[in-house]
Amino acid sequence: MANTTTTATDVAEGTAEAVGHAADAAGHAAESAGMPQLDFSTFPNQIFWLLVTLVVLYFILAKIALPRLAGILADRQGRITSDLEMAQKLKDQAQEAEKAYQQALIDARSEAGKIVSAARAEIQADLDKATAKADAEIAARAAESAKRIDEIRAGAVASVSEVAKDTAEAIVAALGGKADAKSVAAAVAARMKG
Amino acid sequence: MEIAAAAALGKFIGAGLACIGMGGSAMGVGNVAGNFLAGALRNPSAAAGQTATLFIGIAFAEALGIFSFLVALLLMFAV
Amino acid sequence: MAAETEAQGLTFHPMDQFKVGPLFGDALSAFSITNVTLWMAIAVLCVIVLFVLGTAKRSVVPGRMQSIAELAYGFVYKMVEDVTGHDGVKYFPYIFTLFVFIAFSNFLGLLPGAFTTTSHVAVTAVMAVMVFLFVTILGFAKNGLHFLGLFWVSSAPLALRPILAVIELISYFVRPVSHSIRLAGNMMAGHAVIKVFAAFAPLVLFSAVGYAVTPLSILAIVAMYALEILVAFIQAYVFTILTCVYLRDALHPGH
Repeated sequence: MANTTTTATDVAEGTAEAVGHAADAAGHAAESAGMPQLDFSTFPNQIFWLLVTLVVLYFILAKIALPRLAGILADRQGRITSDLEMAQKLKDQAQEAEKAYQQALIDARSEAGKIVSAARAEIQADLDKATAKADAEIAARAAESAKRIDEIRAGAVASVSEVAKDTAEAIVAALGGKADAKSVAAAVAARMKG
Repeated sequence: MEIAAAAALGKFIGAGLACIGMGGSAMGVGNVAGNFLAGALRNPSAAAGQTATLFIGIAFAEALGIFSFLVALLLMFAV
Repeated sequence: MAAETEAQGLTFHPMDQFKVGPLFGDALSAFSITNVTLWMAIAVLCVIVLFVLGTAKRSVVPGRMQSIAELAYGFVYKMVEDVTGHDGVKYFPYIFTLFVFIAFSNFLGLLPGAFTTTSHVAVTAVMAVMVFLFVTILGFAKNGLHFLGLFWVSSAPLALRPILAVIELISYFVRPVSHSIRLAGNMMAGHAVIKVFAAFAPLVLFSAVGYAVTPLSILAIVAMYALEILVAFIQAYVFTILTCVYLRDALHPGH
């Protein structure tokens, strides 16, 4: 565009300018087309190189890049799936181990309970035996004591009736009577009973 | 000369008029996007699956604006 | 172009960045090395670096490059599978090639000074026509004459069907046009707009108005650039997903 920078001041000049522009545009179109997109002389060149580019791109992508990418993605998917499976397996194992542990715990607890109750029974038996022995001893001692008390009491009763008979005979004698031993004994016995 | 001047005048006026078409396409694109947004806000879970349709709709509406732009360019540079 | 005279000294050549020219010599034949060749070769190199060298280690825990490669693979694979169904997966390499080429061309085109191969209708039209022919031939090969059921809307009232068939037929043949123009137009538009803003940027050198205009235009370039990064990806996505949609129509013309 070799046009000047004249400013259009009046209509005539403006018109001349516009005409100049139109001529310019035509000249421009002649040398490289006003719109490069519509310059048909460049079309064969563009189309040729486009086709070359597309074919090259297609082969690069379809033969190298896309199978590789598909492989990578499939690999990753497989890796993820196998990792998840592994994790699931490990989780199952852990759960099994926990179950076994719980079982062991329950077993141990019941065993302990058994041992405790056996010990308790043993102790109870010992205790019972000791109690029984002590009871028997106490009973024997009590019986012995009772016997001795009885003996003492019988002795006392005998001495009391003796003393009473003697006293009664002495009293009767003092009173000047003749004490019949038999009747005195009977009277004392009668009084003692009452 | 007079005819050439008139032709140049008409060319520029025509190019300007052709640009009105872009406004129509702008309304079209706005309509598509706005209605999509309205629908997407009502049912956000279905919106993700329809973005492709949104872009196709926008592309169709926009193509006409591009055509009018092309007409303007043709008038300016190629006629 | 008219603005050239209004703003003193500013030159507006928004379309010059799309010029195709031979890198060596002047002659332009179909096989001469041009900037198209250069930038397509750079795209191929980037693809090799990302998808071949990046995945060379085949590590189970991916590095950065391998992550991106896997992400792209998974993204397109899921798209193909979702849209075309399970029997469309065997066309995945073709679709992936298209996606990768368009995405890399779009992104490389955003480098300052780069040439955007996908901004040319010649390039996108070839791809769109390839898709169109592939899909049409595949449709007839798979379904025979049932493929024509695509145009015969059996859910519509009988009287409407011929009219709908004509509309469907027209829209079917417009497909490659819109498919290619959409991509090229988007790329061209964004880059041209950035170029126009860029042409305003040196205004500060010529006029006092430039103190306001220059920062604004630089800001606008930044904003447009961000939008263009988004558009570069979205257009690659849209081209690919529309290819998938057309492929689905060819595989299952019933719906």
